[in-house]
Formats: sequence, structure tokens, C-alpha cells
Amino acid sequence: MRLTPEDIIAIGLSMKVALTATALSLPLGFAVAWLIVFKPFRGKVLLEVFVNLPLTLPPVVIGYFLLLTLGKNGWLGHLLAESGIRLIFTWKAAVIASATVGFPLLVRSIRLGMESIDRQLIAASRSLGAHWYDTLLTIILPLSLRGILAGSSLMFARSLGEFGATIIVAGNIPGVTQTIPLAIYDYASSPSSTTMALSLCLVSVIISVTVLFLHELLSRKLDRSRAL
Amino acid sequence: MKLHIDIEKKLGDFCLQVKTDISGERTGIFGESGSGKSTLVHLISGLMVPDKGVITLDGEELFCSRKKINLASERRRIDIVFQQAMLFPHMNVKANLLYGYKRCRPDNRRIKADALVDLLQLQPLLERGVDNLSGGEKQRVALGRAVLANPRLLLMDEPLSALDDTLRFQIIPYLRSVSEKFGIPYLFISHSLTEMQLMTDHILEIKNGRSFDETTPEQLARNRMAQSPNGYLNLLRLSSPRHENGLCAYRWGKNTLLVSTGEQAGEALFELSSREIILFKKHPEAISARNLLECRVTEMFESDGRIGVVLLVNGEKLVAEIVRSAADELNITPRSTLFAAIKASSFRVLG
Repeated sequence: MRLTPEDIIAIGLSMKVALTATALSLPLGFAVAWLIVFKPFRGKVLLEVFVNLPLTLPPVVIGYFLLLTLGKNGWLGHLLAESGIRLIFTWKAAVIASATVGFPLLVRSIRLGMESIDRQLIAASRSLGAHWYDTLLTIILPLSLRGILAGSSLMFARSLGEFGATIIVAGNIPGVTQTIPLAIYDYASSPSSTTMALSLCLVSVIISVTVLFLHELLSRKLDRSRAL
Repeated sequence: MKLHIDIEKKLGDFCLQVKTDISGERTGIFGESGSGKSTLVHLISGLMVPDKGVITLDGEELFCSRKKINLASERRRIDIVFQQAMLFPHMNVKANLLYGYKRCRPDNRRIKADALVDLLQLQPLLERGVDNLSGGEKQRVALGRAVLANPRLLLMDEPLSALDDTLRFQIIPYLRSVSEKFGIPYLFISHSLTEMQLMTDHILEIKNGRSFDETTPEQLARNRMAQSPNGYLNLLRLSSPRHENGLCAYRWGKNTLLVSTGEQAGEALFELSSREIILFKKHPEAISARNLLECRVTEMFESDGRIGVVLLVNGEKLVAEIVRSAADELNITPRSTLFAAIKASSFRVLG
């Protein structure tokens, strides 16, 4: 296995982008899942369609929309530029791309976890004197931990593999925005770099397997602590 | 406890319309499945909102559509014991028990955890996970959790229907003693007449979403004698049997009853169907039934063509059921003296 200093940076950046995207999306994903599962409101179907849209849209299309929004002439990009914030072609843009693409997976898993909670447990908690936010923190959150864990693993893994949207909003700048998939893409276009590409592929496999193992391990730990 | 309910709630094709005043500590809400009992529980506790009407508890308005009052469920101090125990699976028994207690305002904490744990015999279970409890233990913890929240009113929504017969009658004394000792009034919801007889003093009967009748368990049992498959069920609490020729001899007031199924030491609850009692005008000379009791008729009532005969046996009450022609033939009237024959195997032990 041969890794260049740029490859090491790409690996670090991939991890950083995936972790940040997952961590930032978690609270919002939890809130959206809670809204969808527990709160009756008008336009719920619209919210569901909007949340799930990135699952069905090609990532390149998402990237292009993000570029239009966050670019110099985009409405949000323009506002941010006035405050001195530039996102496009930075690692932060890669985080936004990954978060957008992985968000539906996160919400779906948390939602499944929440839907499996017996409504009478929530009724019991409320009648025992818990306010809605108390019930959310002491009953719904701990009982959807499995879903949160599964969603986070999925989202982290999806972020690691993000390519289409990232290359459009963050570009492919070695050492700055080049993540593992983008580096592999570079190596794949030159025939002499097969070993380098394979090395990075191997790193990807190792990270993915580690994530899956961690997920299994934590799930079992959760099950064990509940069975005591 | 005084509960005033005058509400309407539409759920699809079903419409619940209840208008009643409930007072007293031990009230039953009786009705068949689908009659709206559980919906009523949800409306009283605030887990569901009525379409219109008023609910007041001891003078405080919990809901009033006209004044736009709807006190949140967590502020009503009305706790529910559900059909399934509904214990929080991620907490151990102790954390479950204290969930409501911790959320109760300190000045309302009248019932202390230690006293309750002793009464419900929960001490050995405290550190256990709730998945490692039996059905009866779970329901005891659920009861303890609801009581420790120091409610003004306890709603027991068919708390025994998920348990088998033996367990059910083991839990009843706990339900009663907790409410009596700590002075918590309750509404006991069930479709079982026996449970109503054991748990309540008066009953609100609900039929097709309407308050149908206000009655007593005794009256309800009498009304339903003819249609119920076992007639009127006499409930007898008997204790400390003597063994006699393979049978158990129980003291029942000044009488002795021979029972073939009572192997328990200590106290046991038995049911005896009104249809298992045969009445004789004169002392029969020889009879295979092991119990022959001389009794006096105190009252007679009619239930769908059947006659219920209330008998007094040395101060103890029994209800027997006969058809009208038998009553006419034997010329049974109040104050008649009769002999009641009961087979030793007619007593069914409940728990």
C-alpha cells in the first residue's frame, strides 16, 4: 500500500467532512423525524417529499442547485459574502454537499426508530407529569437511540462516498477539498496510478468496515444495557 | 372526589357522548369492548381533547370548550394504569417507579416511595430491568409508578385484562389496598363484572358511546344474571380450610362449606354460580351434594324471565337462580324457608 502526503490529507479531510456533516445534521434530523412522526400539521407530506428529494435526485443536480444557492451570485452566497464568509470551493462546501445528500438517510433511520416506540409509553410519561420536552428527552430520545445510531452510521458512510455534489460545490483541489473519492477519480484517469488508486480504495474499505463494526458493537451494547 | 363530565367526541363514525357526575372513591366504568371506555379515559386524562363540553374535577375545570380551557395532561395530576404495564423499557424498576414522583411538585408529594415499595412488595425488584419481570410484577410496578406520582385521581384502564385469571385475582388486593391506604380515588374501567364487583362501589355503564346507566355492581350483576353464561356470580372469600375426607372444609360465617378445589392454605376467593344452587322446599332425605344449607329468602328479583332468589344463610348472603315455573311450583316468596344444595365441586377458585 502506497499513500502520498496528499492522500493522507485526503483521508483526513474525508473523515473530517463526514464527521462534521453527520454531527451537524443529527440535531436537525432528529427534530425533523420527531415532527414527521409525532406532530400532526398541514403540509406534512410536502415536508416528507422535500426531505426525501435528495435520495432520488442525482447528486450532481443537488450539487448544481447548491452552487446556484451558495455561489457568488446565489441569494445565500451573496448574503454570506457580505458577512465575509465564502463557502464555495472550501471544505465547508463539501460538508454542506455531504449533509444534503445524506440527510434523508439519517431522517429515515431515526424515523423508523421513533415509529417503533409504543405511543402509550409517551402517554404514560405525559400523564406522569412530564412536559413535551421532558418526554422528548427522557423517553423518545433514549428509545430512538438505535435509529439514531443506524442513521448516523449510514450518513457517515454516505458522506465518505460523496462525489457528485462535492465535486461541483467544493471542486477537486488537492490538499484543500480533495476527499478520498475525488483523489481516486484523479488517479483513475491516469493509467500509471493504479497502485495509488487501489491503496485509497483499500483505505475506504477499511474505514467502511470499521464503521459497520462500530455500529454493530454499539447496537449490541445498547441491547445489553436494556436487558439488565 | 367529584368528577363532572359533559363531553362529546367524534372519532370517524363513532361518537362518544357522556354526561355524568361521578362522586365517591371507587367508581367503575363498565361496558363492552368498543363502547368508548378507553376513549373516555383518554379524554379525562387530557391525552385526547373533546370536541366540546366540560370536565371538572373537584371544582377545577380541566376542560371547557366554551371558555377555551384545556389543562395539559401533565398538569391534571390524573394518572393511568394501562392494560399493558407500559413500563419504560430503558429504565430499571426503581427509575420507573420514581419517574412521576420526581416530576410531582414537592408540596404534593404525600405518598413516599418507601411506604409504597413495602406495600406492593417491590423491594427485591428495584434494581431489575423491566424486561426481566413477570406480567404480575410489571403491573405492580406500573401501579406503584402511577401512585407515586401522587395523583388526584387514578384511572385504571382494564389493568387486569392482560393477565391470566390467577394473577388477576392476586393483583386485585394490591389495587384496592393501595387506593385505600393512600386515599386515592379511582375510576376502574373494565368489561368484567367480577372485577367490577371486587373493585367498585358504583358503576357508570357505557353503551355505544353513551352513558347508559348509573348503578351498583350488585344491581348490574342482578340485571345481567339471565344473559350472563354463568348467571349471577356469588363471590366468597374463604380462609384456613380443614381437610375432611379429601375435601376442604371452610368456615363461612357460622356455616361450613365443603369445597373440592380449595387446596390453598390461607385465604382464597371463590366464585359460585347462581345456577349451581339447587333449592328444596323440604329437607331432602339423601343427597349427593356435599353442602346442604338451611336458608331464608330475603328478596326475589327478575332478570329476563329468570328469578333470582336472595338467600340468607346464617347471616351470609347467596343468590340462587331459578325459572319462574320452579318459583311458582315451590311457592317461593320472601321469608320462605328453603334448603340450598351445592356440590363441593361447584366452587371455582379465583385466586
